[in-house]
Parts: sequence; structure tokens; C-alpha cells
Amino acid sequence: MNNSVITNSARFIILLLAQVVVFNRIELFGFINAFPYILFILLYPVDGNRALLLILSFLLGISVDAFLNSGGAHATACLVLAYMRPSIFKFSFGLSYEYQTVKINDRLSPERFSFILISVVIHHIILYLLEVFRFSLILDILLQSLFSTIFTLILCIIIIYLIKPGKQ
Amino acid sequence: MQQILNFIFKNSILLLFLLLLGISLTLTIQSHAYHKSMTISSANAVSGYVYEQVHSAEEYLNLKTENEKLADENARLKKLLFNTKDTVDLTTVTIPNTIGSFNVIQSKVISNSYNKHENYLTIDKGTKDGVKLDMGVISDRGVVGIIENVSPGYATLISVLNLKFKLAAKIKKNGHYGFLVWNGKNAGYTQLIDVPRLATVAKGDTIVTGGRSDIFPENIPIGTIDKIYIDDKTNYYTLDVRLFNDMTSIGHVYVIENKDREEIIQLEAATKNE
Repeated sequence: MNNSVITNSARFIILLLAQVVVFNRIELFGFINAFPYILFILLYPVDGNRALLLILSFLLGISVDAFLNSGGAHATACLVLAYMRPSIFKFSFGLSYEYQTVKINDRLSPERFSFILISVVIHHIILYLLEVFRFSLILDILLQSLFSTIFTLILCIIIIYLIKPGKQ
Repeated sequence: MQQILNFIFKNSILLLFLLLLGISLTLTIQSHAYHKSMTISSANAVSGYVYEQVHSAEEYLNLKTENEKLADENARLKKLLFNTKDTVDLTTVTIPNTIGSFNVIQSKVISNSYNKHENYLTIDKGTKDGVKLDMGVISDRGVVGIIENVSPGYATLISVLNLKFKLAAKIKKNGHYGFLVWNGKNAGYTQLIDVPRLATVAKGDTIVTGGRSDIFPENIPIGTIDKIYIDDKTNYYTLDVRLFNDMTSIGHVYVIENKDREEIIQLEAATKNE
């Protein structure tokens, strides 16, 4: 229990700093951004406290917002993702996900891939909708979400593979 | 009462979610409202500090280009100085800070965004150094933005590359006015809209800030006309303006304080009330 608290706090701070200092500066082709900080929400323990996850996601999102001057777009996107996480689990891993111990940071299986993919898509679409906030630019929003999703997805999988805390 | 408590207890997650969603959506909508500064911005102590640390490390990479830019500006100012027709030896006359209506505060950009639809920059000067809301910010080449949020040590400014940005500008040659806005597409170009059809415009003409703004002094350079077309709806000219500034690499900037601004605003408010 104690160990998990430390791991998650460290993850929160490291991912937030990495996002702000490194990933926000990466602009592929001038407009594609990656947001791998949502790994915090994805890697949060399956049986962890849901209310705490909601509050932490909100705090994480609002911190990123403060750095990027985006109002509350990241906070909203993170919050919705955190709220929908159990449903995505159910969809990807089948109904009995609560009884078996699901671990996201493990060998990449189709279930894990679909879980990460759906989460990233939900987060990015909400994020860009709220960040641009103009329906006349809906095509831009969709295009940006699509490319950024691909970029974030690749980065997320790479990060999961690079840092496997279970192996140590 | 028991039932209400039961309901709250059973749906506590949903209620918490809705509460937080309400807060975050309010913040989002507030940030998009025209001309309303944000509740949460990077002009706070924590993010300002982080950006400053990152920037101080990064600065070493740009020392050479930054120096060249400053040397260029020095050369230009020297040229102005040597070519003045006034016989008074300007180098011996020191101009005290209290004379003239414009004051300039030197500052550095510590964070810059240019690939979104609403872009902001963060600078390392705040209320402690005299930076206030709605001051204009220019670089050695031209207009950069307008201060939108200030904290004691830092300030964020709304970039010319922001869909919310609007500034009165004019064509230098003939003085016809228009509004400088950005269509959100290319970081190198902004648009000058509502230019009357009777204005003679040509590719390559210089666009400068207009005298009607109480934020910028008159005749601060903005860019040159790159493309001319006629708006179908309004039948006015819309001009693509190629910016003098490279907004993707902004280093040293100058915050301009108009000391008469409060007086002007008070006067205008009083006139409206009558």
C-alpha cells in the first residue's frame, strides 16, 4: 500500500515535469504535440480509490493547463478520462476485469493496446475540442487529434516498455 | 433526510465527477471569453520558476544569434543617432525617465507557444518591475503581443498569433486603417482586415501600428503586405501580412508603458457616461 502511494506520487510529479519541460517542446511538423502525461491515469492501480483518482486527474490536468495557458481544457479531458476508465477496462479486458489482476505496464497484448488507444483517443478529442473551442475549425480539431493520438500512443508504449517497475 | 444521504453516498463518485467537471468547464469557457484574463495562467510563481530554469539552460544555445540581433539593433539605433539633423549633441543629453509618455521595460521571453490557435508567451518581469495589464510588448523587429496576466515576478502575454488578438494597424504609406487579426493557420502571417476599398494597396507595403491605440506608440513596425484579396461578405480588403518578427524564436522583448493610458481611459469613460 505504502509502496503504491510513493510510486504514484513520484509518477505524478515526474510525468508532469517531463510533459512541461520536454514533451511540450516537441512539435512534429509544427503542429503535432504528444501528451504522454496521461500515463498517470492509465497506470493508476485498478483497485485504487476512484474518488482519489478523479481528484488527482483534475489536479494533474489543471497543472498542465497552468503551464500551457489553456484554461481548463487539459483538466476536463483528464477528468473525463479518469471517470470513464472503468468502462474502458470493461470494454478492453472483458467483464471480469476486476477479479483478475490487470496490469497495464506489462507485455503488450491486444487488450492492453486497445485500452491505451481508446483512452488516448477520448482524451485528445476532448482536449482539442476545448482548446480550439470553435466549431468552424472542426476539421482542424479532428486532424490534430488523429495525428497527436498516433504520436502519444507510440510515446506511451515506448515509455511503458522503457520503465517496467515490476521487473526490478 | 436518510434517503438524501443515501443518494449522495451511493452516487458520490458521480457527484464528485460532476463538481470537478463544472469547475474545469467554467475555467475553459472563461479562458475563451474575449478579453477576459484567465484564472489559471503560467504567470504564477511555480510555472514561472520552472520555465525560467529551463530557459536559463537553453539560453546558452542561442547566445550567438541573440547577440547578433542585439548588435543589429545597436547598429540601427547608431545610424539614427548619427543622422539626426539636430545640432544638439544627443550623447551628452540624458533624458530622464519622467519625460515623455512612454516608458520601456526590458524583458526576456521564457516560454513561447506558436502552434496552437490561442498562443501565449511568458516573460520574466511582473508587477515588481512595473509591468501592468494591457501593456504592449515589442521586440527589436516589431509587435509581439499584449500583456494579459501579471504576477509579482512574471507576466503572460497574448501573442499576435492568437485568435483573440485584435489591434488597430495602418498602412504606413497612406495611413489607411484596418484591424490586425490572425486566422490560426500560418505562424509567419497575420491578416489585416476591414481595409477600405479606396485605399491603394500594393504587395510589399509596410504595415505599422496605428495612432488610435493607447497600448502601442504609433508607427511600430508589424510586417509587409504579402497577398491582397477582397472579403466576399464585407467587401473590404483583407491583406495577408508577413510578420517582421519570427514568432517561433523570440528572445529579448520590450514592454511599453503608456503613462497617459489611465488618463485617456478615464476621459473616454467620462465622455461615454454623459
